[in-house]
Amino acid sequence: MPYTEKELHDLRKIAADLRADLIDMIPAGKVGHLGGSSSIMDVTAALYFKHMRVFADPKDPRRDRCVFSKGHAVLAQYAAFAELGYVSREDLKKVKTLDGTLQGHPDMDHTPGIEAVTGSLGQGLSVSLGMALGLRVDGSDSRVYCIVGDGEMDEGQIWEAAMASAAHRVDNLVAIIDRNGVQATDTVEKVLPNGQIREKWEAFGWNAIEIDGHDMLQILEALDAAKQCKGKPTAIIANTVKGKGFPFAEGKAAYHNAAMTEEEYKEALSIVARMREEV
Amino acid sequence: MSKMNMRKAYGEALLELGRDNKSVVALEADLGKSTMSNMFGGAFPERYFQMGIAEANMISAAAGLALTGHVAYASTFAVFASGRPYDQIRSSVAIPRLNVKICGSSAGLSDFGDGKTHQSVDDIALMRVLPNMKVFSPADYYETKKIVKAMAEMDGPCYIRVNRNDVPNVTEEDTLFEPGKAVQMKDGSDAVVYATGYMVYQALEAAKILEAEGISVRVVNLHTIKPLDAEGVQAAAKGMKGAVTVEEASVIGGMGAAVCEALAEGPAESRVRVLRMGIPDCFGTSAQTYEELLVEYHLMPQDIVQCVKKAIV
Repeated sequence: MPYTEKELHDLRKIAADLRADLIDMIPAGKVGHLGGSSSIMDVTAALYFKHMRVFADPKDPRRDRCVFSKGHAVLAQYAAFAELGYVSREDLKKVKTLDGTLQGHPDMDHTPGIEAVTGSLGQGLSVSLGMALGLRVDGSDSRVYCIVGDGEMDEGQIWEAAMASAAHRVDNLVAIIDRNGVQATDTVEKVLPNGQIREKWEAFGWNAIEIDGHDMLQILEALDAAKQCKGKPTAIIANTVKGKGFPFAEGKAAYHNAAMTEEEYKEALSIVARMREEV
Repeated sequence: MSKMNMRKAYGEALLELGRDNKSVVALEADLGKSTMSNMFGGAFPERYFQMGIAEANMISAAAGLALTGHVAYASTFAVFASGRPYDQIRSSVAIPRLNVKICGSSAGLSDFGDGKTHQSVDDIALMRVLPNMKVFSPADYYETKKIVKAMAEMDGPCYIRVNRNDVPNVTEEDTLFEPGKAVQMKDGSDAVVYATGYMVYQALEAAKILEAEGISVRVVNLHTIKPLDAEGVQAAAKGMKGAVTVEEASVIGGMGAAVCEALAEGPAESRVRVLRMGIPDCFGTSAQTYEELLVEYHLMPQDIVQCVKKAIV
């Protein structure tokens, strides 16, 4: 599907807005998953604001489903939900507080738009597989998108789900691997190297597509290609930068889940202001 | 007394549910012949999902099916249905209170030959501690069938443990089943025995022996371990000289522990001495017959007789 320059521009603008929302959620001194939320932000924007079937009612049965298996990046989803009106900007400010509604990891009880309880890593792809099977049984044409971390691929359950998804030929399921190369304590390469990711997914029977996860056109084209692929699930390996957009945090494990200093926070605010202008 | 098989009850109930309720789906992990969920698979292949020997994936996928409006039954051996995918049950299923119904088959010592890796001494305790989880332990074929069917009507996650072997029926086809209710199987005035699963039969046999010796025993069937009928448990202990709990599971954290908690927190007249029978703090072992193991772990009627006598001293 061809995309106009205006469409891509509008999406980049939304991605900039989402990054601004992200910074609003974690002011200086407040610990939050800045790194993994910003690496998946462009994909999040493309999914919720262009590719997926999304409705004003987050429970509309015709909707496509998006599950963040890497649940710690839920701040990216919260930002999208605020733009969609599922949650308020006030809610964003109270994220991870006792009197707030937005939990530290995806919680269906508290947040309209959250499709599953995730955060204990490795489980979201299996849940997504179950959803894909359930939608197929019901004759629904809704699709399921699952965000998987590259560090999360350490979990054996991811590969159980990979095998079973291929066996059940769920072509309504797409896994998007946020390959930011950094996990909680160090780089993926140092913690537990996961080797030839694309070849691994292909070997497990998936259609695999590798893209630049910050290039809006590549993201959209990969999602469209996945939709065209019949008889097997698709894995989109999105090469990303952890902390994308915030130079002080980019590629650093220290910002996996950390608090910004006052200085960094000010820098982040001026970065998102500039991003919104430049787009 | 006729002996019948609880696994068969599970398979038959699932099959009947499949006919009556199109939202029922089933998942299995390469043990469908043994759990007898394959009866459902034969009739409704489009709603039956072979997940391979991958229980973690099976449980989380069951959660996904529940999230699309289905009632998902997932079954495998009790050890692989409870402890192995514990965090998947906790996070994917129990936290969001999903309609996933887990069947722990070949529970307790009932898989006598396979030994400690296959004998679930800990499944009751593990499932009981999970918020939002209901835990059932039927006494026989008929009760199994009723519970499996009733679970489809209950909102949220359920766990049922099912014996592998043919066991005597202690209830009848038309016996009323009320989830969450302690059932008095036999009245008595000296001691109360709380039993669950096949141990209900053993307790009734023990009561007959004790009766002949002049000791009158009330036998209570706890088919629902969680939520426990605390009031029913307390009422049954009132005026008794002692109480015994008997289960085919670890004495730590299981039905006996739940009874002790209910009695300790109950009215003064219910606070009788309780002796717990079950698997002591250890794993199982292989044996040539089921009965050999029940003798080895002191879960025979004569063992209950001795324990009741100790409890009422």
